Amino acid sequence: MTRTRMLLSAACAALLATGAQADENANMVIDGTEMKIRADAPAHMENVDEIMSGWVFRSVETQALQLDDFDNPAFVFVDQAIDLWDKVDGSEGKACSSCHEDVEDFAGLRTKLPRVDDGQLVSMENLVNECRTERMGAEPWKWSGGQMTAMTALIGLQSRGMPVDVAIDGDAAPFWEKGKELYYTRVGQLDMSCSNCHEDNYGVMIRADHLSQGQINGFPTYRLKNAKLNSTHGRFKGCMKNIRAEPFKEGGDEFKALELYLASRGSGLAVETPSVRN
Amino acid sequence: MKTITTAAVLAVLVSGASWAEGIAPSKVSFDDGLVSASLTGVPGDPVNGRDVFKNRKLGNCLACHVNADMPEESFHGEVGPEMTGVADRWEEAELRGIVANSKMMFEGTIMPAFYIEEGYARPLEDFAGQSILTAQQVEDVVAYLMTLKED
Repeated sequence: MTRTRMLLSAACAALLATGAQADENANMVIDGTEMKIRADAPAHMENVDEIMSGWVFRSVETQALQLDDFDNPAFVFVDQAIDLWDKVDGSEGKACSSCHEDVEDFAGLRTKLPRVDDGQLVSMENLVNECRTERMGAEPWKWSGGQMTAMTALIGLQSRGMPVDVAIDGDAAPFWEKGKELYYTRVGQLDMSCSNCHEDNYGVMIRADHLSQGQINGFPTYRLKNAKLNSTHGRFKGCMKNIRAEPFKEGGDEFKALELYLASRGSGLAVETPSVRN
Repeated sequence: MKTITTAAVLAVLVSGASWAEGIAPSKVSFDDGLVSASLTGVPGDPVNGRDVFKNRKLGNCLACHVNADMPEESFHGEVGPEMTGVADRWEEAELRGIVANSKMMFEGTIMPAFYIEEGYARPLEDFAGQSILTAQQVEDVVAYLMTLKED
């Protein structure tokens, strides 16, 4: 921990020098509600004492965008999802609202996903597409497409402020173990694992980027880089390409397992959906 | 007779060309992490090495190492040690070994091996079977690093 502190203070000094200062001690209050962005690491994490939202590592300007829903660009897409919610699609003549009276009924769902249903690990995207294909008779949405990320943002928002609380035991255990293995496995021409950057080196600069813990409690996240909502699996894909690794498939078993494992590394942090990052 | 001469000249040219490409990554000889022999036999060019060091598509060494010799660059990474005075701390053979494959000296390091062409999993197709840098680029970076002295 001493080493991390030293690295963090070095990072602060460098940030001051470059002007891209992050306020690592800031608290997040949205609509008068304080969000839990730091927590004791869950017992299964052997090498980290404190878990922190990726928001902590962003610049003051980027941080500010998430503090007010009128400033948060992700809400443009949340509004689109509110329209989609009532839009009839598919052979059965149904919209989401035909079965689900109020999207607010999904409060708490985000905190529990991914989860195991009938022996399969499912993410929120699977649940949305299951509704579309099984009950609406509609085409499934693309995993990281605009409609899907808008809808997962709207549904995830209903859990905002609630602590991440995924199950990792019982049926979930083998998926979680697989995700953990992926997290620590080096891949790509650069031969790096998730842990190399996000566990061993969070808080330090990797060129212009301030390395975070890779928490996923804010997804889908609006990125200033591409001005749209980004899915968790889309972000994994981007990371893998950065280290010149052939990405796994969005929605595939590997990324779902990794999503579960990463969610469990954020247990206790508030759901921030939809967050804003650079 | 003329044909034979031409063939001989071609043979020399071909072998000369392959020699300039340098020793294959798998043939590099490490001794306790050190690589004593030049990978190409051609002296490294420190000016080009400086470019390889900062170029995001080549070494991108600056992504992880602060380098006081590059004040014109806005963003210096902090993952690895600073480069200031690196030539005072390391011999050329050590630097060559560290750049080519630092895992031979520092087990478990995050630092990529810049001169291996296998031994990594799931490479993107465009990079499969290739080293990050060429043998000469490694020599150029080493020559550049050897210029980074404190005084």
